[in-house]
Amino acid sequence: MYVAVKGGEAAIANAHRLLADRRRGDRNLPSITIDQVVEQLGLAVDRVMAEASLYDRALAALAVRQARGDMIEAIFILRAYRTTLPRFGYSEPVDTANMRVERRVSATYKDLPGGQLLGPTFDYTHRLLDPSLISDEAIAEPAVKEPGEHVMRVSDILDGEGLIEGDGQMPEGHVMGDLTREPMEFPMARDLRLQALARGDEGFLLALAYSTQRGYGRTHPFVGEVRIGEVEVELDLPELGFAVSLGTIRVTECQMVNQFMGSAKQPPQFTRGYGLVFGQSERKAMSMSLVDRALRTDEFSEDIVAPAQDQEFVISHADNVQATGFVEHLKLPHYVDFQAELDLVRRMRRDYEAANSGETAKEQREAAE
Amino acid sequence: MMDAKLKQESPPDPVRKKAMGLLARATLDELKAAWDALVDKPEVHPVRGPETGLVMVRGRIGGGGDPFNLGEATVSRATIRLSTSEIGHGQLLGTDKQRARLAAIFDALSQRDGDKAPVEALLRRIGERLAREERRKAEETAATRVDFFTMVRGDD
Repeated sequence: MYVAVKGGEAAIANAHRLLADRRRGDRNLPSITIDQVVEQLGLAVDRVMAEASLYDRALAALAVRQARGDMIEAIFILRAYRTTLPRFGYSEPVDTANMRVERRVSATYKDLPGGQLLGPTFDYTHRLLDPSLISDEAIAEPAVKEPGEHVMRVSDILDGEGLIEGDGQMPEGHVMGDLTREPMEFPMARDLRLQALARGDEGFLLALAYSTQRGYGRTHPFVGEVRIGEVEVELDLPELGFAVSLGTIRVTECQMVNQFMGSAKQPPQFTRGYGLVFGQSERKAMSMSLVDRALRTDEFSEDIVAPAQDQEFVISHADNVQATGFVEHLKLPHYVDFQAELDLVRRMRRDYEAANSGETAKEQREAAE
Repeated sequence: MMDAKLKQESPPDPVRKKAMGLLARATLDELKAAWDALVDKPEVHPVRGPETGLVMVRGRIGGGGDPFNLGEATVSRATIRLSTSEIGHGQLLGTDKQRARLAAIFDALSQRDGDKAPVEALLRRIGERLAREERRKAEETAATRVDFFTMVRGDD
């Protein structure tokens, strides 16, 4: 039986009014501006852009503020917003080799063209709370030095010796897929998997990446390099017949180098996992590259023995907007469903008690005899 | 779907391509100041937009392999026509339609014979600012480069 339920409009309106009040907080404090969120909570903004799969720093900051700092709520809001806009087209692929590098580190080579550039990193900080940030103390200007040579890609160094697989080619005749246009299907090709991972939940990918390190689908990884910086986005203009720059976006790229594979046809060489994420997000890019490599079981004829290698499991559960929608819907009214369950369990209970009391009477009779 | 391979690409006009790239990165203040400074303001007719939409940004597997879709970015664009019939296109990241429209106007002006000086001055200003900003960032990054030194161990 389906029972339509009405009511609650006034409660909902007042709840949203209360939410607006709590979001604003103490009126004696100045309200935070979008520019302040962009400038001072930049990595929160980056995470929202990456997982909403929409690059726009101002809109992501607005979402963070609207969501009171709840990241998944902010991601949800921004993801919903993108559905209201028309699609103008596909960009030319960004060229990460020509990135304006703000950070680049390699765990495989100490001395390499371009060097180890630490950039604005949390690494080597002591992770001690800094009380000086409570009082708004003046911050020193960054140090400067003469820039060095072009920051060469680590994979190109290994590639020169033929010791590492290439950058990743899809099979002949493969048509690039787009998750936002077609429903998911498994098995899923690597290009689509990378699209799903790029917008996947950072925590989920981090946990899966960690699981591979702990032995659940081990891949023996080294960080070939992580680089963060700006790349140019170019769009082909059919009116002109050539591509023009729309500006630059900041991305984080991770080239994971994994233990060798070889076959009768191919000499042993390192394999690779790839991570590319909007904004500055090293943890996410590294996790993505580990999971990308773990998922390539079909290419290397590896047995699927761990969750991180199971593409249907990984891809189906990586999207936190989908996940939160399904988990959180449980709190919405399920009155009728629950009533049906309640009736059922009462009936089962009656049957159980009837059978049991018959059983007890029989036992007592047997004991008496 | 993907029609990039099917399209007949014409050789890019390097001067215009570079100018459009600079206009995409112009600030609203730079564009407005250049517009305000125009002595002989052209009559501008809208052809398309200004409008905001999305471009799917693509990456390449492994950095240089086959393309995949990374995620979308907001883009604003405008196409205008000057009364002297030049068509201008403006397109840039973000939701600022006013910037897109002004960029389109200056793109059109850059094609008008004769009076190119104001456009060239604007492009020079944008280019110099970007060069300064990029230089500064590169220097700040360079200062965080690790200089390894090796400890000599043993007797000799």
